[in-house]
Formats: sequence, C-alpha cells, structure tokens
Amino acid sequence: MIGIEHYLTVGAILFVLGVLGIFLNRKNVIVILMAVELILLAVNLNLVAFSAFLQDLTGQVFAMLVLTVAAAEAAIGLAILVIYFRTRGSIAVDDINRMKG
Amino acid sequence: MLIQAIAFYFFATIVVASAVMVVMARNPVHSVLWLILAFFNAAGLMVLLGAEFIAMLLVIVYVGAVAVLFLFVVMMLDIDFAAMRAGFSRNAPLGLLIAAVLLAELLLGVGAYNAGGLTLGTPDGTATQAADVSNIEALGALLYGRYIILFEIAGIILLVAMIGAIVLTFQPPKPGARARQDVGKQIRRRPEDATVMKNPEIGQGIEL
Repeated sequence: MIGIEHYLTVGAILFVLGVLGIFLNRKNVIVILMAVELILLAVNLNLVAFSAFLQDLTGQVFAMLVLTVAAAEAAIGLAILVIYFRTRGSIAVDDINRMKG
Repeated sequence: MLIQAIAFYFFATIVVASAVMVVMARNPVHSVLWLILAFFNAAGLMVLLGAEFIAMLLVIVYVGAVAVLFLFVVMMLDIDFAAMRAGFSRNAPLGLLIAAVLLAELLLGVGAYNAGGLTLGTPDGTATQAADVSNIEALGALLYGRYIILFEIAGIILLVAMIGAIVLTFQPPKPGARARQDVGKQIRRRPEDATVMKNPEIGQGIEL
C-alpha cells in the first residue's frame, strides 16, 4: 500500500539531489538552474501529495503557482545568462564578481 | 493496489535515477534530456495521486517550454564544458556531506509525521473534490472562484517575466549595419547592368 510517506520520501530525495547538484556543479550556471528546477519539482510533488491525501485541492492550486514562478525564473535566469555570455564570453560562476557581492 | 504499487515504484525509481543523472552528467545537453525524463516520470507520479491537471501542466510547461529553453541556451552558448567540471571532485565531499545531513533531516521529518509526532492542520473541507467531478473541473472552479486573485497575480508574474526576458536580450539594430530593402533600386536594376555574356575558350576560364 502506497501511503503519503512514500511520496514524501521521493520528494525529499529529489530535493536533496537538487541541493547536491548545486554543490557539485559550482561552476556551471546552467546545471545550477536545472538543479533549482529539480528542487521546485520536489516541492510540487510534496504539495500535490499532501493535497491528494488530505483531500484538499488548495495544494494543487499552490503547486500551479509554484510552476508559474519556476517558469518565470527559468526564463529570466536564462536571459541573464545569455546577456552575460554576450558581454563576457564565459559563464563561469567564479568570474561573476562585477558587483563585488 | 498491487498495480498502483508497481507503478509508483517504477515512476519513483526512474525519477530519482534521472535526477542523479541530471546532476552527474558530463554534458549539459544530456542533463537537459535527463531532466525531461525526470519531469515525465514526476508527471506519472502525479497522475497516480489523482492530480491529472498538474501532471499535464508539468508536461506542457516543463517539457514543452522550460526544457526546450534550456536546450536552446545550452546549444547556443559556445562553452568549454570540460573546464566547467574542474571543481567537481573537489566539491564532492562537502556536497555529499551536506546532502546526507539534509536527507537525514528530511527523512526524520517524514518519520516523525508517520509516527504521529507532527500534527498538520486539518483542511476545512471547502476545497474538496466531489466524487463525480473531474480533477480539472474542480480545480478550475477553485481557481476561477476563490483563488481568482492568485490566478491573476500568476498571470502578471508571467507577463513581467516575458517582458523582462525580451528587454534583457533584445538588441536594437545598429543604423546602417543591417541590409535594408530598397524597392526603387531593385526595380531600376536592368539585366544588362547585372549580367555579362562571355564565350570563353575551352579550358581558359573567365576574368571578371
């Protein structure tokens, strides 16, 4: 019998893999963005699992909002990446220090 | 029930395996393709949960739009990806340590919830899905009713993101740099100005 804890475990593993991806690919912004997408997918899976097992559709509405923000984030992030590559000719994270942050 | 369990383990295994490959793949193009597989299987999990609309949305939005966007950007940028992986093994121990700690914490949370140590708020029953109503119908009624403000805010977010992406990447054409069509010049052009008839000797070629 598949209970909510199975789905929560899959969500936890996906979330951790996303965080691990950020650490492992510290130099590659594109893979970091993909890891962020994995993290948001894990969050969505948790929201939908709770929504289904508590029988409340609000979780699914919220998952759609997360999906919207994830799509907007990917579009803006990749646009910034493209203009950064256009001016610097590289997307190495270590070189991104223009704002001395 | 057994079919459901088999389907769950099938989708869950593939989604976790492809997430590992997203993180580990040497080539970012392969990463994007593994990401697409992960999203398809996550959509399968959501179908199992009875959230068909979110599952379809995941396939359309992520696979159809976001993953293709990633593919375009990965292929458009001319980057030495081998140099990008230089710190891979150096960062691995710290990353694995943090990932293990985080996973342990999350699983402890799941275990605590499972053992009854956590109490979640109980839903008030105003957003339930009736037995004879499909998922998309119930979701639509909720989205266009109680959560209409949320829905419109989502639309505004997408609009702002679209305008932002266009403004960021748009390059106005430099004056004179682009070839423009001059209709008058095209019409004035006669065949005798543009072509020359020659009758070369065999094996001689033509001086132009």
